[in-house]
Amino acid sequence: MSDAQAQDEHAPEAGHEADYLRADGGLRGWLLTIDHKRIGIMFYGLVLLFLLLGGLFAMILRAELITPEPTLIQADTYNRMFTLHGVIMVWLFMIPSIPNVFGNFLLPLMLGAKDLAFPRLNLASLYVFALGALVTLGGAVAGGADTGWTFYAPYSTTTPTAVVPIVTGIFILGVSSIMTGLNFIVTTHTMRAEGMTWTRVPLFVWAIYATSVIILFATPVLGMSITLVGIDHIYHFGIFDPALGGDPVLFQHIFWFYSHPAVYIMILPAMGVISEVVSTFCQKPPASYMAIFISSLGIAFVGFFTWGHHMFVAGMSTFDAGVFGALSMFVAIFSAIKVFTWVATMYRGSIRFSTPMLYFLFFLFLFVFGGMTGVAVATQSLDVHWHDTYFVVAHFHFIMVGATLTGFLAAAHYWFPKMFGRMYSERMGLLTSAAVFAGFFLTFFPQFLLGNAGMPRRYYAYPERFQWLNALSSGGSFLLGGALLLTLVNLLVALRWGRKATPNPWDSRGFEWETATMPIKHNFAVPPRIQRGPYDYHLTEEEAHARVSPG
Amino acid sequence: MPASRLAEHFEDLEKQTHAARLGMWIFLGSETLLFGALFGLYGAYRAMYPEAFAAAAAHNSIWIGSINTVVLITSSLTVALAVVAVRANLGRRAGVLLLVSLLFGVTFLVLKGMEYADHIHHGILPGSAYHFHELPSAGANRFFSLYYLLTGLHALHVIAGMIFLGAVSVGCFRGRYDNRYHTPVELGGLYWHLIDIIWIFLWPLLYLTRP
Repeated sequence: MSDAQAQDEHAPEAGHEADYLRADGGLRGWLLTIDHKRIGIMFYGLVLLFLLLGGLFAMILRAELITPEPTLIQADTYNRMFTLHGVIMVWLFMIPSIPNVFGNFLLPLMLGAKDLAFPRLNLASLYVFALGALVTLGGAVAGGADTGWTFYAPYSTTTPTAVVPIVTGIFILGVSSIMTGLNFIVTTHTMRAEGMTWTRVPLFVWAIYATSVIILFATPVLGMSITLVGIDHIYHFGIFDPALGGDPVLFQHIFWFYSHPAVYIMILPAMGVISEVVSTFCQKPPASYMAIFISSLGIAFVGFFTWGHHMFVAGMSTFDAGVFGALSMFVAIFSAIKVFTWVATMYRGSIRFSTPMLYFLFFLFLFVFGGMTGVAVATQSLDVHWHDTYFVVAHFHFIMVGATLTGFLAAAHYWFPKMFGRMYSERMGLLTSAAVFAGFFLTFFPQFLLGNAGMPRRYYAYPERFQWLNALSSGGSFLLGGALLLTLVNLLVALRWGRKATPNPWDSRGFEWETATMPIKHNFAVPPRIQRGPYDYHLTEEEAHARVSPG
Repeated sequence: MPASRLAEHFEDLEKQTHAARLGMWIFLGSETLLFGALFGLYGAYRAMYPEAFAAAAAHNSIWIGSINTVVLITSSLTVALAVVAVRANLGRRAGVLLLVSLLFGVTFLVLKGMEYADHIHHGILPGSAYHFHELPSAGANRFFSLYYLLTGLHALHVIAGMIFLGAVSVGCFRGRYDNRYHTPVELGGLYWHLIDIIWIFLWPLLYLTRP
């Protein structure tokens, strides 16, 4: 198996080059860098900032909703704030979070490449993202919009609020997304190290790959739908205006053609993180590699044919609604394949209780719970009862926020030693993750009950009988906010005072751990040659290391 | 010279060219979806107003539309010939062929502009500004709004393609490309062909499907 070259064990660390954080000093070395790792770190800073901002808006909304009567903010402010909360969380946090931070940082390391295929395009995507964020937030400063993040026509084309700058910003963010997705796909195809066959590609890469496919083929349609809203708002083309012969439901069709797959843009990367975490902390290969990667691609594919389930009560025939409902349930089949595979991976594994593993368990709970309620709302007869109530709000927060956030936090802890060369406090990690889960559950579980009892979403005031559930939900949101802040503090403290990390602290077989900790500027002194799979836990650490040799 | 063409993170030029080509194809796929949303709207509104759409398409000048089709297809030919030329190490000839393609692009835009002027003269404006008395129906209004969106987006792509080809032709004259390295010429060509293909779909939808 191993030839003479493979014996050269310490090759990845050879040369004693400075790590990527110290390689080029100064502001210029950061702002003009084309190093995928630095670009990932800069995205990290940006998305955390937007998570804080979006979270702050959410907490103000929840504070207002503690009592049935108006207290804190005006109804008008409330409308603008939930719009901004949605816009910021969807386009500035959840969509870029895992792909742009961890995908950027890890994809080349996992594939044995020196960088992404187009490093300058990668840097450009960072600046385009920053510009899009500026324009969007500029729209917020200019008064914000009161349409909700979905911009339903014809209201969005006639409201006097600042819809135009916000949709312009989202369009620009879409361009950045497309640049990133294109880069990831081309990198996976062309930059794999020698010996990395398609079935040796780590599952996180497969997840990012599937995500990129969705980004590339759904984002242009979103770009067009919101461009049309913008054009209508300024020039009155009346594309969706019934007075001029238009049909507002068509907006919903093209909007959801993107925005439903967008849910998978958020969740597939989290699933990728989870696949890596569960293998590492059970010291076992995934129960079925093929099942996980094929179901990732399956979700990406089927996700394009489910959008109609958002419009069951918008004048769709029962037959069409049935078809869309059935197609939506295919997603549940693929998701269930993943869930069973992860659970089966734990069977007879040597499970290590750690922060990322705890996040995996929370992910599993939220994902299964949110997913099952998703199957329920994809059923026409039930949807009529739950449509536009808090039930739907709770459902999509469980599945897309809960799963994405736990995936993001699992990644933040799991790869923290790789990215920053230090260890966080495990005790604080476990404590904060439990608090995040408790806060999350307390915020959104009462909303299922509220929705089922008939409280509509997006309402500013409500009957008194809903108060205790609303108060519980608000309390949960403050707990969640506090827990997230504490998580951030734990990681920031570790950044400065954490114990130095060993090269492979989790004893993982993932290829990213075969690079130096922290990685050098070009990842590898000599391009590696891969002679094993990413989950070969039957090999000892030395054997595994020897089979990732300099080519 | 060849060393500078190879970016640091690629092992060889072949891999780099492959990556660039794949990237362009994926981008073109993504562009198709951008137009796809408008094509979808066109389909939906045509199903809603079949007669009005046919009557409105009949009002568009079949001559201008067809001449523009010939112009664009010919420009794609000259672009393809430019790629052949640069592969045969004939950089100057490739540059000239690209300039000819640019000239076709300008012709296309001028004809398009004349058509727009004629429409505006008749009061055919998009949306609420529409006041064309021959075809006052809401369906015709939808047709012409989509006509402006589709051809407008297409014209923007023509302009972007011309800028791309213009920059590449400068490179051809400066002898930057040869039979080993000519990725930009090829990619510019691919992009231009996409613009051409989109027009081949617009031509029947906006001009030929008349009663």
